[in-house]
Amino acid sequence: MFRNHTTWSPAGRLFQVEYAMEAVKQGSAAIGLRSKTHAVLASVNKANSELSSHQKKIFKIDDHIGIAIAGLTADGRVLSRYLRSECINYSFTYESPLPVGRLVVQLADKAQVCTQRSWKRPYGVGLLVAGLDESGAHLYYNCPSGNYFEYQAFAIGSRSQAAKTYLERKFETFMDSSREELIKDALFAIKETLQGEKLTNSICTVAVVGVGEPFHVMDQKTVQEVIDSLEITEERADQGAAMQEDRSPETAPMDI
Amino acid sequence: MNSIDATIAEKGLMSSEMGSERTLYPYVTGTSVIGIKYKDGILMAADMGGSYGSTLRYKSVERLKPIGKHSLIGASGEISDFQEILRYLDELILYDNMWDDGNSLGPKEVHNYLTRVMYNRRNKFNPLWNSLVLGGVKNGQKYLGTVSMIGVHFEDNHIATGFGNHLARPILRKEWHENLSFEDGVKLLEKCMRVLLYRDRSAVNKLQIAKITEEGVTISQPYSLKTFWGFSAFQNPTKGAEGSW
Repeated sequence: MFRNHTTWSPAGRLFQVEYAMEAVKQGSAAIGLRSKTHAVLASVNKANSELSSHQKKIFKIDDHIGIAIAGLTADGRVLSRYLRSECINYSFTYESPLPVGRLVVQLADKAQVCTQRSWKRPYGVGLLVAGLDESGAHLYYNCPSGNYFEYQAFAIGSRSQAAKTYLERKFETFMDSSREELIKDALFAIKETLQGEKLTNSICTVAVVGVGEPFHVMDQKTVQEVIDSLEITEERADQGAAMQEDRSPETAPMDI
Repeated sequence: MNSIDATIAEKGLMSSEMGSERTLYPYVTGTSVIGIKYKDGILMAADMGGSYGSTLRYKSVERLKPIGKHSLIGASGEISDFQEILRYLDELILYDNMWDDGNSLGPKEVHNYLTRVMYNRRNKFNPLWNSLVLGGVKNGQKYLGTVSMIGVHFEDNHIATGFGNHLARPILRKEWHENLSFEDGVKLLEKCMRVLLYRDRSAVNKLQIAKITEEGVTISQPYSLKTFWGFSAFQNPTKGAEGSW
């Protein structure tokens, strides 16, 4: 019976919170990365069937903040309404954008409440919050437990480990990357999670925020152009590798 | 019919069970505040008088105060309402500091917060009877703005409240320019304050000048302006008017 409220287990665990984090892992992948001046979010769009449209996973919260979610998208929608409300109230009172770090703490505190009331359940959604404020571009991950961390790059959802491995290799270059390099890296990380499936603009969404650039979802045409440029560089590198020595075609993806 | 409506309105909006509890008129008031942008930041001047009607009753009222790390506020109007505003701002800055996250409220944010407070009070027919001048520097950006008791707010390169609107503004319009040095800025403020001292009956000859730059706030010790009354027209003032004194 006690597995159904957020109460302690004898081993000192909160099962409901852990199950909520499990729900995040089941959602389709979302990744984020940032440089000093820009932050990029990308997500994999799963549609239930060919007939339906796909889930919206990236939400604009304010001109300077956007989120990508993984897990229960209904919970994500409700939380994005809360975040938008907080941002707009702050803007109205102070005529200034809400610092990302403060929004993230408010969200985390809201999530924590659900882990300490027996009649509530934790939110079943993980959020990657990308935003820009006076101190530069930021990327945070908020999880159902009420924890949050700042990241240079992160990936959540199913098969996110593949993306994380790629990001771990390259993250040291991100701080000084240009906007275009960041977007390319984001799409490459998404490609990693697809594991063989072809990357096209219909199964992914990319959004950017940066200095002088309000948060917006990139249009599909531009996304396809970047994807195409990724493949061109890949083909060239593959040809180069093939011409050099006898190497197996399953070499690790080269650095773009 | 009409009288019933009026009583209902009074009961709801403008009075309580014990009688009216809203500000009707000010009691102890401060006169003009002047502020200007200069090369390194903002300069503000205000005298230290608190008038009780037509009596110049209090002569050591500090009407310029620092707010947080980046702002400076000057107030004219009801002194007790200014003290109330300082308590609101104190709480605002306290909560801002408690985040402890490297972000801080700048002069623009404080100005807009005050605008919301003043306007909301005006809407309840219970205003804070002040005209405020808010100045500051954050990340190299200079900011100077004003809010009145009815919520009218704007920013400019030079600001004046009360009598300063009529006497100081023309001088500032003519003589203010970008990148005034500190000395020139002080001279300009003193020129305006001297005119106010001669012509505003609620001015006292004891003033403070405050400066805010990226480094921080400095409020000067009180001092007086030199005045000159030796005009020939003031000798024998009753000459030609027999029976006058």
